[in-house]
Amino acid sequence: MTDRRALLDRLPVSPRFWRSPLRGTWLTSVLGVVLLAGVPLLLVTGLLSYAAYNPDLSPLNDKTPDKGLLGFYLFSWPTDPHWLYRVTQGVHVALGVALIPVLLAKLWSVIPRFFALPPVRSVAQALDRLSLLFLVGGGLFTFLTGVLNVQLDYVFPGSFYRLHFYGAWVFFAAFAAHAALKIPQTVRSLREHGGPIAHIRSTTPPALVPNDDLAAPDPAPPTLSRRGLTALVGGSSLLLFLTTAGQSIGGPLRRTALFAPHGGGDPGGGPNGFQINKPAALAGVTDAQTGEAWQLVVTGPQGQVRLSRQELLAMPQHTAALPIACVEGWSTEDQHWRGVRLRDLAALVGYEAEGAPDVLVESLQLHGSFRRAALRHNQVRDPRSLLALQVNGADLSPDHGYPARVIVPAAPGVLNTKWVARLSFGRVL
Amino acid sequence: MTNTHSAQNAGLWWRRWYGAGPGHLLLTTASLVLVCYAGLRLLDADEWMTVVYWVVGAALVHDLVLVPLYAAIDRGLRALLAPHLVNYVRWPATASALLLLVWFPLISRAVDRYERATLLPADVFLVRWLLMTAALFALSLAVAALRAVRRRRAGPGGVNAGPTEPR
Repeated sequence: MTDRRALLDRLPVSPRFWRSPLRGTWLTSVLGVVLLAGVPLLLVTGLLSYAAYNPDLSPLNDKTPDKGLLGFYLFSWPTDPHWLYRVTQGVHVALGVALIPVLLAKLWSVIPRFFALPPVRSVAQALDRLSLLFLVGGGLFTFLTGVLNVQLDYVFPGSFYRLHFYGAWVFFAAFAAHAALKIPQTVRSLREHGGPIAHIRSTTPPALVPNDDLAAPDPAPPTLSRRGLTALVGGSSLLLFLTTAGQSIGGPLRRTALFAPHGGGDPGGGPNGFQINKPAALAGVTDAQTGEAWQLVVTGPQGQVRLSRQELLAMPQHTAALPIACVEGWSTEDQHWRGVRLRDLAALVGYEAEGAPDVLVESLQLHGSFRRAALRHNQVRDPRSLLALQVNGADLSPDHGYPARVIVPAAPGVLNTKWVARLSFGRVL
Repeated sequence: MTNTHSAQNAGLWWRRWYGAGPGHLLLTTASLVLVCYAGLRLLDADEWMTVVYWVVGAALVHDLVLVPLYAAIDRGLRALLAPHLVNYVRWPATASALLLLVWFPLISRAVDRYERATLLPADVFLVRWLLMTAALFALSLAVAALRAVRRRRAGPGGVNAGPTEPR
């Protein structure tokens, strides 16, 4: 009998198998509080990013047209402040990366539960188990797709937008119920032991608390204090954050983003030496298409206008200082764009400046899911929204969209279409 | 009186049968409805089975590969090193391993399109990770040395506790 017992204790299904003295309600609670603040912020910034695409404007802008009720909150994406998407998406990606150590530590703190036998003792527990699969599987899946996408490693099965959006909802549905059920226990645990700060500053391992079902019944001698563990998890989070965030801040701080895909330095130099998403070669745009023969087609209810680059340059030129901000979290500082206002182009085909409508923008590019995309009327009417011909005092480079590109304040990068071929005012499909 | 009693009995019966209060059922059901609503859309693709593998696989790989792997490495570390030195290896090793885990595609140069899509050099990440790892270990070593010197100066029974005290 004792032999069987001793054997069982050497298997992960036994609580006695897990011996770290650091596990306990205090640790799970402290980590839970961090995630309780962080995960909703990830959800909100993620949902804002979806809204920023204006998916309800045109099917071309919507990679999840079957969203149904999950699009309940959608609204017209504003153009002010012009750095809005830089901030929301920069926070989304840098925070998501920084939370990974906390997420993994949280899972470590409760891992004996995942192996416990019998797995189900009641109906309630069976539902908890099912919910946990969605919480853990959905959470890891959402973080994984995000981390892979920002590194351009498209190995996941299908469209990133679908996987990350619906995966996040699965995760958050399970997260919300889990948080609601655990908050009373978390608050009680932290109150009883002098609050989370007392824990994370303590230089001793936690004292054994009676009836703490997350604590090891047979703890090994301690090798790490609570403060030491905080330094381990918090320090790793901080390091990940500090080596990522610079790609969303730019300037000299871009050099601090040592591991972020758009950190380190800027490509090339000169007026066009800022971050690039998809150069001309990758988009399948050739010099023959963008040379002398290129013409912009502008259509509206009063017919069609064709304009060469010379003719565009002869129109009133305006400047706007606007960033490029990508869904991948990186962004540039404000670049000084010069070109024709979108609303002036709308006027060519019969719209008053204040009455300019939505527009469908089509690019010369052969690849890329946003080579055709729609802009809403508030974006078209903004005086800073340009069909840019120049940037920082020079002609656009081929990789930044020569002969002409769209630039709109606060819009996600993919809606700032490069190599524009056609603008269809008042018809966005 | 009887009403209170029967209500109490019903409450007990429910708890015994279900295992938690009615609030639990309400919350969990609402959550699972939303899980299904989003989950069916997640799986509404030709490769739906692969998506299932990814979701379930992520949980399984974490529980059955990642955790045992780092637990085994930690156990090895504790077996090899004197107790007061363990954390000076744990701290830089953990930070370095997490950087590798998060940025593995870039560090291992697994992303073919990176250079073509960004016009940035792809070979910098491995070098940076190696240098960062070296810097983290050097920093940890410096802290360990500093603490050893201070402990020696303070003498036995000084401000710092004995070497076996967890840090």
